[in-house]
Amino acid sequence: MSTAASLANTTTFSSSLSRRQQAPASISTFNVFNSTAQRSFKPLISQSIVVPNPTVSRHASIVAQATFDSSPSGSATSFHGACYVVRDNIDTDQIIPAEYLTLVPSKPDEYKKLGSYALIGLPESYETRFVEPGEYQSKYSIIIAGDNFGCGSSREHAPVALGAAGVAAVVAESYARIFFRNSVATGEIYPLESEVRVCDECKTGDVVTIELEKSLLINHTTGKEYTLKPIGDAGPVIEAGGIFAYARKSGMIAALAT
Amino acid sequence: MAISSMAASSAISSSSSPFVTQKDAGVSPLFAHPSNSIKISQKKVSTKIVSVMTPQQSERKPSTTGSVKTGMTMTEKIFSRASEKSRLSPGENVWVNVDVLMTHDVCGPGSIGIFKKEFGNDAKVWDREKVVIIPDHYIFTTDERANRNVDIIREFSHEQGIKYFYDIKDLSNFKANPDFKGVCHVALAQEGHCRPGEVLLGTDSHTCTAGAFGQFATGIGNTDAGFVLGTGKALLKVPPTLRFVLDGEMPDYLLAKDLILQIIGEISVSGATYKAMEFVGSTIESLTMEERMTLCNMVVEAGGKNGIVPADATTFKYLENKTSVPYEPVYSDDQARFLAEYRIDVSKLEPLVAKPHSPDNRALARECKYVKIDRVYIGSCTGGKTEDFLAAAKVLLASGEKVKVPTFLVPATQKVWMDIYTLPVPGSGGKTCSQIFEAAGCDTPTSPSCGACLGGPKDTYARINEPQVCVSTTNRNFPGRMGHKDGQIYLASPYTAAASALTGFVTDPRDFLR
Repeated sequence: MSTAASLANTTTFSSSLSRRQQAPASISTFNVFNSTAQRSFKPLISQSIVVPNPTVSRHASIVAQATFDSSPSGSATSFHGACYVVRDNIDTDQIIPAEYLTLVPSKPDEYKKLGSYALIGLPESYETRFVEPGEYQSKYSIIIAGDNFGCGSSREHAPVALGAAGVAAVVAESYARIFFRNSVATGEIYPLESEVRVCDECKTGDVVTIELEKSLLINHTTGKEYTLKPIGDAGPVIEAGGIFAYARKSGMIAALAT
Repeated sequence: MAISSMAASSAISSSSSPFVTQKDAGVSPLFAHPSNSIKISQKKVSTKIVSVMTPQQSERKPSTTGSVKTGMTMTEKIFSRASEKSRLSPGENVWVNVDVLMTHDVCGPGSIGIFKKEFGNDAKVWDREKVVIIPDHYIFTTDERANRNVDIIREFSHEQGIKYFYDIKDLSNFKANPDFKGVCHVALAQEGHCRPGEVLLGTDSHTCTAGAFGQFATGIGNTDAGFVLGTGKALLKVPPTLRFVLDGEMPDYLLAKDLILQIIGEISVSGATYKAMEFVGSTIESLTMEERMTLCNMVVEAGGKNGIVPADATTFKYLENKTSVPYEPVYSDDQARFLAEYRIDVSKLEPLVAKPHSPDNRALARECKYVKIDRVYIGSCTGGKTEDFLAAAKVLLASGEKVKVPTFLVPATQKVWMDIYTLPVPGSGGKTCSQIFEAAGCDTPTSPSCGACLGGPKDTYARINEPQVCVSTTNRNFPGRMGHKDGQIYLASPYTAAASALTGFVTDPRDFLR
């Protein structure tokens, strides 16, 4: 077992790496700048990964190469369940109030407890509670939100609490950056983006399906369908279970010693 | 990159704001060079206009300008150096070398858990002198888990030989802990960990505070931090930069908190999402380091990735005797491209508040004078530094009266606490802040920590546990932020907070300062 944390040895790495390069997510950053809404700069962390550059240092080029390797087969392709609808600017204090941050997400029993407090910070105007008192999971597996979901703190407890509560995906109009990044890094939830204000057309309790590969949200209760922005390169990272799992799967860092 | 003009107009017309278009001001549209625009916009500005926003810049293709190379912003230059790439542009994902990683008692245990799980129980951090561990959030509490979390970071620090671990063991007397500092972002600055040109990451959203030193500083989550602990690297996307040019003499009733509330109110809580916010101009140059820290502290409240102020003589003076690590400042090129440029004439601004429940819910303090309040809170990385307390003391001194509501004082660090008890307040005949606070009937300054800024465990000092109205020098006022879900928080500068304490209503500090 290695006692020094280090990235994988280059020689073994490059020979096992698949050079299959997935086309970058449909939105290039220049398109994003052209969008009419000033706020809709929506990069995905693994989007438009730099092409390996021979002058770049060894560690950097290892990682850059690895991110081209994606595995579309056997992936979670759809989610189905009741949705819970929230408005704009749902900040991290509403998702998981600060008093619960003494719970450490990497401890399994405390991870579970975080789930029971997911969205407990929402004001009383939200009549339906997200997680019933005494429960650890929500009966709503999909959250539908407006703009700037997850704004506020960098606390990773926020996407973790949602994931622990059983949320599979959030469909929001836009995300705050640290929350988005944490969702992908932990692999806890899919942070999907809608193209219209889906939160205005769905109600808590509506039964919905998300077809991930088709980037589609179907509301069975209203009969309406909505196109989502493709999750792009962030998808395989979340599917693998977060950046570390993904990095291992793609050979970027050494497998855990058993 | 081409910017849609629709975006520019929607930004301008979104609120009844003092920002006006170039057309309204009767000046011609501007292009890529900020230096030209300074001269143009100073002409023909009516007294009503407090600030002018340039239309968003369109990219001039190299073939039209005759120049092949364009310059980089200071944020881009920092990324360039940290990723060892000679050139890069916004939108690129690059692996950067991290100069300093900070964590605290709330996110430290989780980050450590991930580090050990992923790199092995015996793994060592990439550089034990580049990790700074600062207990500051839930310290003075009987909450067992909170206390356990400080134990966890202590154990890790000892095991790893972490050079900078600002420990606290004796909770009943913070002064009995020689290593204890207090609020992480203020401690980082005071201990010389913030240096121009570097990359500082922290497991806290207000890590952006350090951008005041001309470095790239931003908040990350536990998983990213775990990765950095093991490798010393982070995968980051280069942000485009919004430039804020602040000119004009700072009125003596305004503080940096008013400036940033003005900006957040203008661009909204998502106006700077994924972007760098660069602050330049004569006003910025006149600000002290602590004021620059206040400014950069709240860029995250606009969604900003980082805030940044060019390093200058003020910066270098502050850093003297604080750090022996060599540093090299960077500056935006004249040819650098900015996503947008905002110009503000500071002399026209007035004291502000952010009303419940959003940091962008901007209002003039004087227009809220009928709002009755229940308490005032002066503290946090945003408004609990030495100069913040000096400012509050100045208002109380000018009044000579007692506060009408409970006024809680939470110094950010040990050093701030010391300053409150030792520094003479100008114009007071040698009195210290503490004496002025006592004479005015404020609560005794408490042990340094993040305190009730984010509520915290139920026994946290000054936590809002009932539906009360509070004027606070902190950074967020979303529902439940300081405790009770129905608490109403008005974010304000220390001047405004002190003035409000004196009247029991939201109050413009000019009522006492003029």
